[in-house]
Amino acid sequence: MMRIIIALLSGALFGGGLAISGMADPMRVRAFLDLFGAWDPTLAFVMGGAMIPMALAWMVQRRVSRPFADRAFALPDTRAIDGKLALGAIVFGIGWGIGGLCPGPAIASLALSPAAAAPFVLAMLGGMAIHHFTIKS
Amino acid sequence: MIAGFPDAQPIAGLIGGLMIGLAAAIMLLGLGRIAGVSGLAARAIGLSASGPPRGVAIAFTVGLPVGAVLVALLSDGIPATFPAPGLLIVAGLIVGFGTRLGSGCTSGHGVCGLSRLSRRSIVATALFMGSGFATVALMRLTGMI
Repeated sequence: MMRIIIALLSGALFGGGLAISGMADPMRVRAFLDLFGAWDPTLAFVMGGAMIPMALAWMVQRRVSRPFADRAFALPDTRAIDGKLALGAIVFGIGWGIGGLCPGPAIASLALSPAAAAPFVLAMLGGMAIHHFTIKS
Repeated sequence: MIAGFPDAQPIAGLIGGLMIGLAAAIMLLGLGRIAGVSGLAARAIGLSASGPPRGVAIAFTVGLPVGAVLVALLSDGIPATFPAPGLLIVAGLIVGFGTRLGSGCTSGHGVCGLSRLSRRSIVATALFMGSGFATVALMRLTGMI
């Protein structure tokens, strides 16, 4: 139960941060990607702001033996920079540019602009399902 | 306001970014997990065999709109403009497939991976940023926007 509450709190803080930062506005995100239009650097401040607590958290993580509410750290240990990583990232960037939405803001927007966000989120889950049933991991 | 960029919201961006980083830090130090939204959402709906217990993934995913709506209620609302539904569906399909193939999105590779100095995440972030820039440039070139 404790873990569920922590995850819910983390998700809510994450979603609140997305809303405050303007990242729940697809046009603001797309304006960051629009180098030849009216470029809006806000996204860089969001990323920069997020780096501060996380850089500290990684320093703490290296010094503790386990997380405070679970038995062990379960972190990605893949090192390979392969075709899947590269192609997946490039494909994701195309969709990000077209829609101005990535998964976090899209899901957070379900509560803010449900009629607009729902088609994106449903299609995104569909894309995830296509990957799940076609690509061997 | 930054001179030359009248639409930029650096302070709001920084505050929201700190909240996002704190949220990811809670996932890392509390539950020992990466706060990667694409992976957690896939796990939540049963499309991923790896990751935290499904209850954790569902709770985090549900938390996102909960937090957003709390902020909206405490403020004057959150302005947002969306592209046309057809574009959103195409974009959603591409984002869903790409983030799973590339093992992460802006949160997992961007926020968590970059701050960890993960080489994989640095490469992934550079590539999705680059292809995002190129895609929007192409949309501008072809008169789509």
